[in-house]
Amino acid sequence: MRTILSSSLGGLARRFFVVLGILFILPAQGVAGEFEDALAGLGSKSRKQIKSSIQQLAHLEDPRALPALTALLEKRLRVDAEGRLYEVVEDSGELLRIPGGEVVASPPDSLRKPRINNAVRRVLGPAIAHLQLDSPDADVRRSAAEALPDRLSERMLPDVRAAAEREKDPQIRELLALALARADIQSGDSQRQLAAVELLGESGGRVAASILSTLLEQIDSEEGSEADPALRKAIESALARIEMRTDLIDMAGNLIYGLSLASVLLLVALGLGITFGLMKVINMAHGEMLMLGAYTTYSVQILFLQYMPGWIEAYMLAAVPCAFAVCGLVGMGLERGIIRHLYGRPLETLLATWGISLLLIQTVRLIFGAQNVEVANPDWLSGGFEILEGVVLPWSRVAIVLFASATVAAVWLLLQRTPLGLQVRAVTQNREMAACMGIATGRVDMWTFGLGSAIAGLGGVALSQIGNVGPEMGQAYIVDSFLVVVLGGVGKLAGTVTAALGIGVVNKLLEPLTGAVFGKILVLLFIVLFIQRRPQGIFALQGRAAES
Amino acid sequence: MTHTGGRLPLHSRPQWAVFFALVGVAALLIPVLNLAVDETSPFHVPDYLVPLLGKYLCYAMVALAIDLIWGFTGILSLGHGTFFALGGYAMGMYLMRSIGQEGVYSSHLPDFMVFLDWKELPWYWWGFDHFAFAAAMAILVPAALAYVFGWLAFRSRITGVYFSIITQAMTFAFMLLFFLNDTGFGGNNGLTDFKRILDFPINLQTTRVSLYIASVVALTGVYLLCRFIVRSKLGRLLAAIRDSEGKVLFTGYDTLQYKLFVWTLSAAICGLAGALYVPQVGIINPSEMQPANSIEMAIWVAVGGRATLGGAMVGAGLVNAMKSYFTVAAPELWLYVLGATFIAVTLWLPRGVVGLRLPGLRRSKGKEEEDATRSEGSPVEGPRP
Repeated sequence: MRTILSSSLGGLARRFFVVLGILFILPAQGVAGEFEDALAGLGSKSRKQIKSSIQQLAHLEDPRALPALTALLEKRLRVDAEGRLYEVVEDSGELLRIPGGEVVASPPDSLRKPRINNAVRRVLGPAIAHLQLDSPDADVRRSAAEALPDRLSERMLPDVRAAAEREKDPQIRELLALALARADIQSGDSQRQLAAVELLGESGGRVAASILSTLLEQIDSEEGSEADPALRKAIESALARIEMRTDLIDMAGNLIYGLSLASVLLLVALGLGITFGLMKVINMAHGEMLMLGAYTTYSVQILFLQYMPGWIEAYMLAAVPCAFAVCGLVGMGLERGIIRHLYGRPLETLLATWGISLLLIQTVRLIFGAQNVEVANPDWLSGGFEILEGVVLPWSRVAIVLFASATVAAVWLLLQRTPLGLQVRAVTQNREMAACMGIATGRVDMWTFGLGSAIAGLGGVALSQIGNVGPEMGQAYIVDSFLVVVLGGVGKLAGTVTAALGIGVVNKLLEPLTGAVFGKILVLLFIVLFIQRRPQGIFALQGRAAES
Repeated sequence: MTHTGGRLPLHSRPQWAVFFALVGVAALLIPVLNLAVDETSPFHVPDYLVPLLGKYLCYAMVALAIDLIWGFTGILSLGHGTFFALGGYAMGMYLMRSIGQEGVYSSHLPDFMVFLDWKELPWYWWGFDHFAFAAAMAILVPAALAYVFGWLAFRSRITGVYFSIITQAMTFAFMLLFFLNDTGFGGNNGLTDFKRILDFPINLQTTRVSLYIASVVALTGVYLLCRFIVRSKLGRLLAAIRDSEGKVLFTGYDTLQYKLFVWTLSAAICGLAGALYVPQVGIINPSEMQPANSIEMAIWVAVGGRATLGGAMVGAGLVNAMKSYFTVAAPELWLYVLGATFIAVTLWLPRGVVGLRLPGLRRSKGKEEEDATRSEGSPVEGPRP
């Protein structure tokens, strides 16, 4: 008991001397260190002294004061016996010297926490905001502007207005404007409210919408009061304008996503359409080629990590030909081994290829495991750029669209400008006649089947960059890609392209309106009804080929 | 195909004998061996086997339905899982309603609706308190869906793989729809935790045996109906549509009506099978509508032998017995077995195990023609006449 009493008495005595010391030191420092003086004042025991130091620091507009002020606000400021200031780092518990920020290796044993009350906090918040908004670092300004709405008081308004006027960065300027408008709306002055509502309607986003709708609720709750009908009307029209704008932005975002999905769908359906046109065979294992392509990408990535980690950024470049070769070989093997024996029996081929897909899925599952595997985007494909507020265009999706376009162009050239393409078109139109003219139809089938599978493999490489890679990933695409073939018609590249883009984009655009499921059902319903009008697809083959 | 005028008899005398023997064994012997024979006896049929056999009987009905439309009419449906599941859901809705207030939440609503905070029964659940209504819906709803879908598809002459793909998309869409909680059919979990059917506790062995016998009766009835159809003039017309629809059209028949009839009937049979299936397995959920399930149904028929009703039933039993065995004994091998079955049957067994077993027997002329049209330009493996 006695020891405790004496130690706490000792503590008191020490504090007393510290304060005395500070009082004596302060005037001695003089004008030379106006900033240092004000800073040291933060460690004072008198709240009045702290308050005036804060005001002094805000007035000096020296950004070096920021760490000390925020530390004071967050109760991380410490003062030692000599009145030197320290900042405690929250996670590590390290002590940093203020000003300067260097780590103190051996902390002094008697550290004191300066006490602040609400009166001090009222000065402290605006001072920090003022300094932050003044900071040359855009990131500091941005985070200050973001935090502003929560602590903006009437007294800070002129300050913020001035900051908003000199701000160069459009994003921060908007944040500031938003905070100001919010303060205006809460002010109760109807003139200011009206102007702020107008401003929000002009440029605001989701946050502005939520502010406006709370205001609307407020007006509604105090019915019969002086609520201005003009204000009400202004709010409603502003809300409508904001909604239209955000809808448009969402739509643009969905369009981009839809386009990239449609590109993958196109790569899958392209091969399916060609082989179906050529052999009248539906390959149910086609989705699994997509899966094989994605797993090839994964394997290439693993090999690069293992044997040449320095080149890991380039693994995608190697994955493309690898997936093309692997899937092409598998496809050719399937054609020679199984499908060749089933010509003229399309329904049986459908079942046999389904069996093949089961075998492929299970094999991949046994080799790589049933879980999804991780395929990383290389650095040059991650990130993106913002085309509109809130709409980021990821590079991976842009790359996929370009990749798919290039593939389609290559396939078109192959079909229209090479001997193999000529033979493929001949066999598609009339197999018997082509055979009579000396075309080795069997070999054309093999190459075409291999090509179709290889293109699906390229789709797998593309999909691995934006989707999950798992043993059953092909199944999700197979129904859609069949619909593309049905809608697009047989033997026409343009039909496949149009149908794939149409289905992919419409699916994505319908999603926010109807939900993903009803969107899919609507698309299916549309296709069934469309076929009523044009049973041969969008671009029907002319003449006798259409009859068979 | 020669036209013989009057109708063909359903069965020859020895066939009738086999038929009655099989029905007798299924409907009388197995229940007696289960209920009346002591458990220690080697002749006792264990309790778990009865609903399992009942399940196979329901699958056999589905196989008959698919054989009718695929084996005899040449239209491969990859969407029969939808009709099966719709029938199952209709019966499941009745079973849910008959739980009464014994659910977890002691509400008059099914538990999942209480969970979703629904206050009253949606309109499409009205009437499912009554068994007769639910039983009628189990057949009528799949039939109505099939009629509308078939009318749209057949009218625009969608045939062959096109039709198969569209039916697959249909079952895919229905699966997505039923997976949604808001659709009002229990979402992911489906309908389960049934307590009683027609006031009999559903887990009682005598109830299970009764359901099993009901399945035997239903399968017998469906079989006789199918047999009646394929032996009639209608059956011959269906075979003609399968072999050359164009020629049938030019002869003056409106093939749309015939195809639509048999397609709708096939869906109705599937609905009946689903309705009998659900009380025996105790659950119905959207995974029954997976496209994979419907394709598996088609392979039952292919394994057994298309265009033979007996073959379809044998195939359903065979594949599902294999499935029951492998998913327990070696689950990672099952997909290999199934996949290999798909490939082997289509490559080497175009007539299924029934055709394999009786290579020397004379086959119907319809089948010979079918083979002839199929074999253009490619060697067909298997025995040739």
